Formats: sequence, structure tokens, C-alpha cells
Amino acid sequence: MSETPTAQAFTDHSLRLAQIANPQSEIVHFPAHEPLKLDCGAELAPFSIAYQTYGVLNAAKSNVVLVCHALTGDQHVANIHPVTGKPGWWDTMVGPGKPIDTNRYFVLCSNVIGGCMGSTGPSSINPATGRAYGLDFPVITVRDMVRAQARLLDHLGIADVLSVLGGSMGGMQVLEWAATYKDRVFSAVPIACAARHSSQNIAFHEVGRQAVMADPEWCQGRYLDEGRSPRKGLAVARMAAHITYMSDDALHTKFGRNLQDREKVTFGFDADFQVESYLRHQGLSFVDRFDANSYLYITRAMDYFDLAADHGGVLAHAFAGTKTRFCLVSFTSDWLFPTDESREIVHALNAVAADVSFVELKTESGHDSFLLHEPELFDTIRGFLSAAALKRGVAGPEGWLP
Amino acid sequence: MNVNLPPHLLRAGETSRVDLLLIAEMVKPGARVLDIGCGDGTLLRLLAEKRDVEGRGIELSQAGVNSCVAQGLSVIQGDADTDLVHYPDLAFDYAILSQTIQATYSPRHVLEQLLRIGKRAIVSFPNFGHWRVRAGLMFGGKMPKTDNLPERWYDTPNIHLCTIKDFLGLCEDIGAKVERAVALNASGSKLGLSMPLFAQNLFGEQAVFLLSR
Repeated sequence: MSETPTAQAFTDHSLRLAQIANPQSEIVHFPAHEPLKLDCGAELAPFSIAYQTYGVLNAAKSNVVLVCHALTGDQHVANIHPVTGKPGWWDTMVGPGKPIDTNRYFVLCSNVIGGCMGSTGPSSINPATGRAYGLDFPVITVRDMVRAQARLLDHLGIADVLSVLGGSMGGMQVLEWAATYKDRVFSAVPIACAARHSSQNIAFHEVGRQAVMADPEWCQGRYLDEGRSPRKGLAVARMAAHITYMSDDALHTKFGRNLQDREKVTFGFDADFQVESYLRHQGLSFVDRFDANSYLYITRAMDYFDLAADHGGVLAHAFAGTKTRFCLVSFTSDWLFPTDESREIVHALNAVAADVSFVELKTESGHDSFLLHEPELFDTIRGFLSAAALKRGVAGPEGWLP
Repeated sequence: MNVNLPPHLLRAGETSRVDLLLIAEMVKPGARVLDIGCGDGTLLRLLAEKRDVEGRGIELSQAGVNSCVAQGLSVIQGDADTDLVHYPDLAFDYAILSQTIQATYSPRHVLEQLLRIGKRAIVSFPNFGHWRVRAGLMFGGKMPKTDNLPERWYDTPNIHLCTIKDFLGLCEDIGAKVERAVALNASGSKLGLSMPLFAQNLFGEQAVFLLSR
């Protein structure tokens, strides 16, 4: 990039760092004698889980809807984000009268382990050294994230959930929930995801990680100790990733070959094209709210995700005996997690005669469709959740059940 | 599956489709049912209401699937020709193919799959042996169009039309046992049981079969 991050972009830096130890969220601290056992063999202790809730838990605790966030999401689903000041990432989906209706459901979302918004991650203080973990943080998996969420539910006295929903990496967590805690999940909605991370997706993640690690400010992961920040590397990682979240059509419609604030090309490497300017903006605004090491750890967790491999190489085995009601959603324009990957999960669920719905929605916006205003997605989620609530006998205001 | 029936027969919540009522009559209460080509879910809703079934559906058209799922029905987007192989043997009490078999690429394969995944199969289809169809071809010299088969030859999804006799032949070929067979006339009434096969094949506008292995 010829345009480097400017001082102006640093304004929120302290705001972000404050969220690591003192998040503007509910937080549960699990003490050293209650460790989280990880897939890698290590134990994380003590550890913390930061979370947000919306709506009211009913007396029977039967109206819990667990939302799982994606790679660069966090627990701020439907409130103003404490760092960016913008609405939460699923503000269109979650709220009073919205498809995940907080007048009816108690919605809970926690920051994943490895994250940087209050749950323990590589930027948290390592009790053994008194400094940030950095690369001493153990490598975590999607299952570890889910185990941590299960510990949070245990702590809150919630035995099971009416539904668990999420898109992308959130969808991976949903699948892991359904496979690992069959009795705790009444219904599951994995959106725009896959049962394993594809080779192509691992490749994109590797590009992102290499960009971070190539930044001298990364300091072998010890940038927090050094008072530095690999902003350029992380911004490039985000720029590359952002392309994968959109479709060719969406980029073309939005930007075409339009030039940015100029009449003709400059025969240089400034952001001549609007799409360049847009990507640079995406990269810069991302580094204001995200930690570079968290990005390494969480992308790694996604790469390691392979639900079939964890169950003897047969995906159907992951769901054997399931009573969970599933609703899978994919998007026609999503080339990062294409429909075939969802269909593979549907076939595995059919093989165990599971109760499964599956819709492929026609969208233009690529992988990011699950975050955007897509009326058919709203109808699907609203209808499926209402039916699950009806089946489970979760009472609601008159007239809301189908 | 996108089998185009006359619009008045497809209205949501409509239970005037006699073939659907007949199918519902054949299904035992509380059964596990797979409706292949479930459209907008009319039959699944009817079965849930009248028979308290545990229902699942497969539907090819996205609009149909979306409508079903938004109503809380368990329906997947899929294709009768390719997606039945993923279900285990005897996963359902009934596998239902309502007004769809004539639109599949491989009716024989689909029927075999129905009888593999369901203890029983229920199949309904428009009878191409009906006298109006025969007369249309005989006297008009053109591919027939009827209330049940309204499209022109080049835009119809119905690529494997058959008569009641043809269907019985297929059942015999694959060793399917016909437990019940009902022909319906144009006004939706059942033709008399005593009526000989040739007459049912001539006057039945559609047929509903209950099959087992």
C-alpha cells in the first residue's frame, strides 16, 4: 500500500485495548482451579468469557437463543459497539419484533475464546509471566470455543438452548454444538458454513496470517509488550479476506471501474479506483477494533475445523442419534462457503434421518449475505424459530406462533 | 418439484384437492412421512392437521422451500432424482410422491428409492390414458392439454407421463406390491372399485397408489 495508516486512524486504539481486560459486557471469570481443557492438550486457566444478552430469560429457562459470532465478529450483536460506535453486527436480525425476537427469546452471545473483546485470548495477561500471552497462548479450536460457551451456560444455570444460530465461523460453532452437546440443543441454524474448512479457505487465511507476520511491527507476536501494533499487516490481511466475503457481481455493481475523486488514472499507485479506496478503508477500520494475534489464532481454529475427521471420517457419525431440529441456509453468491458445502451437511443429516430444513437463498452479496438485509433470510429464521418454540411449548404473546 | 397444477388447486391451506385428501386418508396417524416434491407444503400441512404426522419435505423450487420453512415445516431444497439416495433404509413410514413422478428424469429409480426409504410409498399422478388426452391426440393431432396437464409440449416439466396401466407395469417390473389403487374422475370422485382396469384407465383423470415391497 502506498497510503499508510495515518495518525487519525489510531483514535480508537486505547478504546479497543480497554476492552481486553475490562469489556463493556457481562463477564464471567473462571478461576485457576476450573481450567478449560483444550483440544491441543493444554489447559487454559484462569479464563474469562465476556458476553451480551438481550431479552428476558423465562422461568423455565426454555427460551434461550445462543448466537455464535464469526471470525471478526464479537458479542455485540444488537447494541451499539463500544469501540466503533456502530450498531451491532446482527442488529437487523436480533431485537424486539425482529426475526430473533427479543420480546420472546433470551438471546445470548459470548466473545469466543481467543478473541479480543473480553474473553481470554492472546492479548490477555498470561498469569505465568504477567505479560500478554502473545504466541504463548495455546492454539484453540472451534470445539474449544464451544466448550467455553458450554461452561458459560453451566455457570448461568442454563441446561439447554431453544436454538443456536450463527453464520460462517458461527455456523461451524453451531455444527460443533449439535455434534458435541446433542442433548443441549433443541434446534440449530448453521448459516453459510461448512463441516470443514476447504483447502482454498485455508489458503486465504494463510495469506492473511503471513501479511500480519511480515509486518515488522508484529515483533514475533510481542507487539503489545513493545508498545507497537502490526497495523499494516493486519489491514492487508483484512483487505484480502474482505474480497472473499463479497461476490464479483457485488463488487462490480458497487464500484465497477469507477475512479476515486479523480477524472483519470494517475499512472501511480495511489488508490485510483474506488474499489481500492474501499478496501483500504476496510483494512484501516478493522485494525481499530481487532487484535492481530487474535486474527492468527481464530483463523487457525477455522482451518483446523473438520467435523467428519473428528468422528471417524464420516460426517453422519457426528450427528448420529441427534434429536435436534436443523435449518441450514446457504447463499447462491457465496463462493467462500458455497451451497455444496451446506448440501453435504444436509446429506449427512439425512443419513441419520435427522429433522432438517435447508434453503439456498438467491442473493447478490456473497458470503456477507448473512449479515445484510435479506428479507428471505429473515422469513426463514423467523418461521423456523417460531416452529421450534411452538414444538418446545415456549409460550409467547398471543398471535405470534404460526 | 415444480409440477404446475391449476392455480385454484394450489392455494395455500386449500384442502379441496381430492388426491391430497385421499393420500391423507391412506396415512396412519402419527406416522413419519417424507413428501417428495412438497411444493408450498399443502400436503404436509394437511397431514400435520389431520394425521398428526412427523413430516419432512423435499422441494426443488426455491420459492416452495422458502415458503415451507417460513411456515415452520421441515423441508430441504433437493431433487427427487438425486437426493433420495442419502436417506437410510426404512427411514419413514410413508414416502409420498404427489403429482411429481411424471416430472422426474428416472421414475423407476425414484420409485425404487421410495420403496427403500419408506415402509410404504404413496404415488399420485395424472393419468395419460384418460379419454380426453387420447381424444386430444386422436382428433386434434397435437399433444393434449387438459386441466391437469395445462402446459404446451415444449414448456411442460412433465417429461415422463404414463397411464395407469403403464404405472402398474412399472410396479410389476420392480416388484412393488399394490396395496391400494384409486382412480379419480375429472370432478375428483373415486371411480367404482368394480370398474374394470381398462375403464379406470379411460375415465380416471388421476390415480393414487399405495405401494409396499
